[in-house]
Amino acid sequence: MPKRDDINSVLVIGSGPIVIGQACEFDYSGTQACRVLREEGVRVILVNSNPATIMTDPDFADATYIEPITAEILETIIAKERPDAILPTLGGQTALNAAIQLHERGILEKYDVELIGASFDAINKGEDRMIFKQLVIDAGAGVARSFIARTVDEAVGYADDLGYPLVVRPSFTMGGLGSGFAYTEVELRRIVTDGLHHSPTTEVLLEESILGWKEYELEMMRDTADNTVVVCSIENVDPVGVHTGDSITVAPALTLTDREFQHLRDISIDIIRAVGVDTGGCNIQFAINPADGRVIVIEMNPRVSRSSALASKATGFPIAKIAAKLAIGYRLDEIPNDITGVTPASFEPTLDYVVVKVPRFAFEKFPAADRRLTTTMKSVGEAMAIGRSFASALQKALRSLEKRGSSFHWGDETRTVDELLSAAEIPTDGRIVTVQQALRRGATIDQVFAATKIDPWFIDQIVLINEIADQVASADRLDRDVMILAKDHGFSDAQIGELRGFGETDVRTVRHILGVRPVFKTVDTCAGEFPALTPYHYSSYDDETEVVASDRRKVVILGSGPNRIGQGVEFDYSCVHASFALSEAGYETIMINCNPETVSTDYDTSDRLYFEPLTLEDVLEVIYAESQSGELVGVVVQLGGQTALSLARGLEAAGIPILGTTPDAIDLAEERGLFSKILNDAGLLAPRNGTAIDFAGAVVVAEEIGYPVLVRPSYVLGGRGMEIVYDSPSLADYFQRMAGQGIIGAGHPLLVDRFLDDAIEIDVDAIYDGHELYIGGIMEHIEEAGIHSGDSSCTLPPVTLGRAEIDRVREATLGIARGIGVKGLLNVQFAIGAGVLYVLEANPRASRTVPFVAKALGITLAKAAALIMVGTTIAELKANGKLPLIDGSRVPIESPVAVKEAVLPFNRFRTPEGLVVDSILGPEMRSTGEVMGIDRDFPRAFAKSQLAAYGGIPLSGTVFVSVSDRDKRAIILPMLRLQQLGYEIAATIGTAEVLQRNGIRARIVTKFSEKVGEDDVSIVELIRREEIQIVINTPGGSTARADGYEIRAAAVAGDLPLFTTIAELSAAVASIDSIRDGFEVTSLQEYATARTALL
Amino acid sequence: MPDSTAPDQFASAEIVAGEAGASAALTSSSSAGKPGPAVLVLEDGRRFVGRRYGSEGQTLGEVVFATGMTGYQEALTDPSYAGQIVLMTAPHIGNTGMNDDDMESRQIWVAGFIVREPARIASNYRATRTLDDDLEEQGVVGISGIDTRAITRHIRSKGAMKSGIFSGDMFGLSDSEQLERVLAGAAMRGRNLSLEVSTVEPFSIPAQGERIGSVAVLDLGVKTSTLTYLAERGFEVLVLPQSVTAEHVLSLKPSALFFSNGPGDPAASDAHVTLLQEVLRAGIPYFGICFGNQLLGRALGFRTYKLPFGHRGINQPVLDKTTGRVEITSQNHGFAVDMPIEGVHDSRAGFGRVEVSHYSLNDQVVEGIRCLDINAFSVQYHPEAASGPHDANHLFDRFRDVVLAAQSAVAGETK
Repeated sequence: MPKRDDINSVLVIGSGPIVIGQACEFDYSGTQACRVLREEGVRVILVNSNPATIMTDPDFADATYIEPITAEILETIIAKERPDAILPTLGGQTALNAAIQLHERGILEKYDVELIGASFDAINKGEDRMIFKQLVIDAGAGVARSFIARTVDEAVGYADDLGYPLVVRPSFTMGGLGSGFAYTEVELRRIVTDGLHHSPTTEVLLEESILGWKEYELEMMRDTADNTVVVCSIENVDPVGVHTGDSITVAPALTLTDREFQHLRDISIDIIRAVGVDTGGCNIQFAINPADGRVIVIEMNPRVSRSSALASKATGFPIAKIAAKLAIGYRLDEIPNDITGVTPASFEPTLDYVVVKVPRFAFEKFPAADRRLTTTMKSVGEAMAIGRSFASALQKALRSLEKRGSSFHWGDETRTVDELLSAAEIPTDGRIVTVQQALRRGATIDQVFAATKIDPWFIDQIVLINEIADQVASADRLDRDVMILAKDHGFSDAQIGELRGFGETDVRTVRHILGVRPVFKTVDTCAGEFPALTPYHYSSYDDETEVVASDRRKVVILGSGPNRIGQGVEFDYSCVHASFALSEAGYETIMINCNPETVSTDYDTSDRLYFEPLTLEDVLEVIYAESQSGELVGVVVQLGGQTALSLARGLEAAGIPILGTTPDAIDLAEERGLFSKILNDAGLLAPRNGTAIDFAGAVVVAEEIGYPVLVRPSYVLGGRGMEIVYDSPSLADYFQRMAGQGIIGAGHPLLVDRFLDDAIEIDVDAIYDGHELYIGGIMEHIEEAGIHSGDSSCTLPPVTLGRAEIDRVREATLGIARGIGVKGLLNVQFAIGAGVLYVLEANPRASRTVPFVAKALGITLAKAAALIMVGTTIAELKANGKLPLIDGSRVPIESPVAVKEAVLPFNRFRTPEGLVVDSILGPEMRSTGEVMGIDRDFPRAFAKSQLAAYGGIPLSGTVFVSVSDRDKRAIILPMLRLQQLGYEIAATIGTAEVLQRNGIRARIVTKFSEKVGEDDVSIVELIRREEIQIVINTPGGSTARADGYEIRAAAVAGDLPLFTTIAELSAAVASIDSIRDGFEVTSLQEYATARTALL
Repeated sequence: MPDSTAPDQFASAEIVAGEAGASAALTSSSSAGKPGPAVLVLEDGRRFVGRRYGSEGQTLGEVVFATGMTGYQEALTDPSYAGQIVLMTAPHIGNTGMNDDDMESRQIWVAGFIVREPARIASNYRATRTLDDDLEEQGVVGISGIDTRAITRHIRSKGAMKSGIFSGDMFGLSDSEQLERVLAGAAMRGRNLSLEVSTVEPFSIPAQGERIGSVAVLDLGVKTSTLTYLAERGFEVLVLPQSVTAEHVLSLKPSALFFSNGPGDPAASDAHVTLLQEVLRAGIPYFGICFGNQLLGRALGFRTYKLPFGHRGINQPVLDKTTGRVEITSQNHGFAVDMPIEGVHDSRAGFGRVEVSHYSLNDQVVEGIRCLDINAFSVQYHPEAASGPHDANHLFDRFRDVVLAAQSAVAGETK
């Protein structure tokens, strides 16, 4: 059937903020879908609360709503826009759950909107575990023995039958949230309690353990004519027990016979048919017992998933794009394969390379968290690599992680084989390196298999890598043959250098003298059977290169690598925008990146895509290959976060032109002494500060400038290692924890700043062309200084700054831009304390807030910056309409207010004892994502941001408050207002006293630590009993530390709104009044029209 | 040709994992030590130097590439690959070893084998030996460690061509000597290979379940799976040597005739075409696969031609014109029937109206033909898969239905 003619407008639901388990892969899929639908002439209405995404660019939809994804808001949008259909299968579990709610509340029926992509029935069959199990059995496939439990006691009863360990899985959650293995009854009770809480249907599934089985995933697509294809098979190197998102995975599956693979394929087709996914994709996960081949179907997702994004990048088959076309009626055989141009999409990609994905974790941000990998996903990002062999792809993927110790090494290893093997038994971040060390020290394949259940074939490949390392180390000379051998197995110049005892650059020089360079192959979906039209390349040490000569002017854009806390989709946004702008300006754009979740690694985004690690070696080789034809104008390094920026020096040293701000200028901003001089020259103040490279030096500096001090290593992103230190014992403790991470030392000093209490923090994004400064936005933080800018909420335009303050900020930004010699983007953080403007730091690169500025004010800084880097001036950009005539420092009074709120992953992490990790905010960033609320004033916008981030502030109920002494004065007015609004108030004794004396009735609640006897009910129990709806707890004072932790942990575990700063509390109180009548919604396009009228 | 004696023991396979609960990994005793050099020489003079793989020596044949990511065991033992040096585009081959269940015939048939990364161990619970063991025992000369994608792209643009692999002493021959040997090798065009692969003695396989009749199978290189599927559909399967006469076939009074897949140029198989025509004239229902499709085409009076580089893979989309559905199929063919894919055509050999029933969505090559006036149909691809998807397995049901319908029609007439 060709395209349906009854669908003229479609509401696409995005996935909301980036959280663990649901990251920017849904930006990639949603962006593809929006593009496709618009190309097909469909009016696209998009809703997504995440401003950092590319899909929420006003260019990708006809009406873009950055609004909370709730049934109420969606109904408002539906009522306003009256779409013909809703596409919920490209926005992860968030969109699917929203669609289910719309169905259940009768909203779909009321407005006569159809679900496309997957029907309610299909969603239900795929997601409801009992229905799904029956369906699998009907398809003649095996399932794990299981029971559904609705209470903890019921679960304990079933466990006697199934035996320990057993698996607990809540229904309707994503990323394995709330699921896990229970080895004992105590663990079972805890996991089930959690799981019941997270499951919208209060059900958990208990299952026999299949720990250690081989795990596989098939990505499927099916159309209305029942044509079904398997796009990709994915094999988990880590066997069952580790969430797929946390496993090292490989595509295609490498350890299945055809008979076994076809069996999985047959089951998959039967299941997708039975579930009834007939206009889109799904993935199905399998476990196979390595001993006898017994197959069990684990689960299916009737939607595009994280694995679909990986499969799309791994094969070149754009699943989301095809899914969108199927959803509007096309059949697979009616859709062309973009890559070949001549063959249809109704085929199964075949690979002549190996793809390896490795997860990136952020445990260093949550020191208390249990590092064991389980069925609850904990990784925050991933890197993918393509190679002509598993060994080379694995080694490339590991170095793409850009993390110390993530690659195989052959240096000192003090642990014995037994120690290494027992360490490898427990899956953790970096287990693969432990395995490599064990094998290197003499462990056999069988021993490693016994410890890890990793398939022996994979283990042997690591043995092979160790053997090659031995050959490289023991060769008489590093000749051409040895070099090719090492390179063919994925060894980096740095690794070869380590083995031979000299530096990476020396290896590179020798390698180039020997004429050993990689060639670049193409991802073409068909293993070379048909010519490929799309230049999507990866390196290999083979004979023939497929890079086509070009006579165009080229710009290379370096992406930002795997997502991590502090460097996520925001940077991809900037890279993608630069690519679009430069392409439009006539340049050939060349993207290098290794993150499969992103839009930048879509082969449609840039003229050429190189899926390569972002290391100096790999980037230099791409540049060399591209330099063989055309003219290389330069490399853009300021958009890909610290990853790209850190390559600037090396590229410059290799004679590669860096576009925009020079590496010398970048150093001016990073190097404390030089930066102080710039501030002095511009007449600006920084908090008193100094630098030190060891503890002794730091104490001297801290005592001189006075505690509290803010300490942080230089050259890091996301506040890694940034802390507020109140005394010298704490400073000693800090040095102890940082030791061995290699981030503080000569050349990488520790920055020590006076910490400004009670200051307002301000973030500025601007561009400078050498003559003129253009402010993108001035953002005012809601929390006071001391909380990482990535974790604090902020408003745009600022809501409490006066014109004079804004002018001072503007002047100061100009002084810094000029002093550094910025050409392109600049982000400056200021603090205003006691009327004094301090400069906290300046970064001559794209910041996390660039996309927020674009969505809030319609100023697209990244595009403008890219053009400035190739010589365009701000005056020209204004003249040709690329920038509004009036910059972001003067926002008209009629403009809306946008609030950005951070989303934190605390409920993902537990301590080894099963407790929630602490959730106070600090100078080290911990959020994974953000949402934006936009409305006509701050209270409304703030309320929307809270709704989008965690479901919103309850409009009635009991507020629990317990604050430190220094905050007691500040809570009186907000608490009084809350009481007037009808909330009950509960408080710990000290806080209650203050409230009572100020005329606010407060029920006194026992502190957790002061609980006496079983009958005494502490605040923690009240929270668990759901008698508390809002929690206000500010940390401070050493006595309350333990209680504060218990309170916050209980709040996080119960998903309650938790305010840990007075500023946020005040904002929340102000917002409550404004939201009683519900929300209005306005699209970015409507805001833009209004803005044009104003200017 | 490789030695055709079926290996009866695999003493060289050594089980690494001894104890209970240990892995099922196998390693090959022959894989110890670094293999010597080998070279692949193409008829246009291109040379690719790599490592020896499998047996040592020299082999000649037509170089073709196969794109399946699984199923090397089935491919290697598929008689259709006789006379060909097969390049696997998937880089890792041999990972799951070899087992006794997945043999598609009694031996490996490829003339030579090209792989980028041969497995060092075999890991699968069904594996009884490594691929290296079988390649060596059966004297299959191969090469590994070369840029297989570059060769694939070369074949794609220049077409399948004569080639040779030289290792051991043969590696030492001069470039020109090696090239001369390659050029002196037999071309695939005009080559009849049926004799080399066909069974010498007839044999039969009993029907499974209720017997619906017998099918005479002309073994032109038939695969085990095909015979199994026919038997499963209730046919008593009578497998006949390719040299059998029409009279003999008819004397068996089969309910149906089946022509299998097989190697070689269909244009060089006049005797089989004549046989088919005689049996069709006798009104016996016919089903053909692959070579059997080309021979039906010829029997009906159409020409066959050589494709530039053929279709060899398990991901090939085929449109079934009658249902409008797409099947993902397993294919292995270098020749095709020359016939317009649209419309109904008259058989020049007098078998009435004929139409193309299936064609390739990749390049519109004929993938199936159907006679409208007699009970005969065939497909160019492999409904028996092995390796490959089972999407088209229902064609065996269709064949059974055709035969049952023909039987009841005959029964009706006799009444």
